[in-house]
Amino acid sequence: MTALVDVVAVACLLAGALLCLTAGMGLLRFPDVLSRMHAGTKPQVLGVLLIMVGAAIRLHGWSASWMLLLVAAFQLLTAPVSAHMVSRVAYRRRHVRRDLLLVDELRSSGQDRLYRGDEPADAPPEEPGAALAESRERDEAP
Amino acid sequence: MTVEPAAKRLRHQLPLVVWLVLVWILLWGTWSWANLVSGLAVALGVLVLLPLPPVIGGVRLRPAALLAFVGHFVVDLFVSGAQVAWQAIGPGGVRRGAIVSVQLRVDSDLLLTMVAEAISLVPGSLVLDLDRERRRIAVHLLHARDEDDVARQKAAVLETEARIVRAFGSAEEIAALAEVAA
Amino acid sequence: MTAAGVVAYALLGGGALLALVRVALGPSLLDRVVATDTLLVIISAGLAVHAALTRDPTVVPVLVVVSLLAFVGSVSIARYIGGMLLKSSAGDGSDVGLPVAAEVREGDR
Repeated sequence: MTALVDVVAVACLLAGALLCLTAGMGLLRFPDVLSRMHAGTKPQVLGVLLIMVGAAIRLHGWSASWMLLLVAAFQLLTAPVSAHMVSRVAYRRRHVRRDLLLVDELRSSGQDRLYRGDEPADAPPEEPGAALAESRERDEAP
Repeated sequence: MTVEPAAKRLRHQLPLVVWLVLVWILLWGTWSWANLVSGLAVALGVLVLLPLPPVIGGVRLRPAALLAFVGHFVVDLFVSGAQVAWQAIGPGGVRRGAIVSVQLRVDSDLLLTMVAEAISLVPGSLVLDLDRERRRIAVHLLHARDEDDVARQKAAVLETEARIVRAFGSAEEIAALAEVAA
Repeated sequence: MTAAGVVAYALLGGGALLALVRVALGPSLLDRVVATDTLLVIISAGLAVHAALTRDPTVVPVLVVVSLLAFVGSVSIARYIGGMLLKSSAGDGSDVGLPVAAEVREGDR
């Protein structure tokens, strides 16, 4: 019984470690910040979850195993948040390979001036409210 | 901004207190009354010193729908991990991505947050931006073969939203879901 | 058990090394943020593997700290760059105050 549990735990650890390796490879091979972000969040979150579960199984009985599950929960909560913050800045700074995009609806949908593709994505609109109202009018026109 | 009575504010923040106490007890790793009391003290201290806006609307739990959502979510998590990992290792590598914007139907801060978190964790999608007023969410797709594929992935985003609303939303929100779809 | 440990450490080490290469290559600050985040998470995974293989929970509190630090770090850098954007004077949205080499490499892709 204990042997079986150990096998499961070690399998979790190895699968998690493999996913961490693929995260590294993705970071190196993907072409722009946004796709690297995918590599940094997806296999990463799953890998850390698997490793934490494996470690929690191995440390069964110690109070520390609860802490490992807490780390896993934090990982699930925080990874999308940090990914979103970084990728939003990346899009606005145009660290995006537009030639690799099939469609880009954020650019063409004409939201407020901050999001409008090709002008300096970073330039603050003089009047954010007015810019937003104007773009909505234009949206509703056709 | 109106000042709420302290009791009402406390009731709004009850879920947060419960969560903070839970984290405190998990950090200590053992259950004891001393941990519970000190956790309560710390949680209340945090809430008084660092007040957060209350989560308005609240959440209802529907066990069956919640189970369906969690099941789908775990499957999605594994599938997405495997897909992205394969794209990182495989010979093809990543070819074309896409940025799409999807019209969501929920209108609650909490539910929108959960939708965004879930979408960021499922296959090949990453939330770029959220227009809170118009409820439009911009999603970056890691891999899009063609237009059909893009449409399919947009439908998947809406399905995720529907599952979350069915698990946590109020009756009106579920009705709104069906209304827009019809 | 030792064989599994060696394999797991090798995989994690490989991942960490690749993330380090990305930190070194850049080319932009945001790439480095993403890579550093990944690197920190791989480090916490390594700590967890160590705790699991030796059945020794001493490092677990460190793990909590490292994983939260990764989050706080990448969010604060993202906010910092976001604030930098608003004050960008170049007018074309390019990085300001970064080495020219990084700019050029970013530009000619």
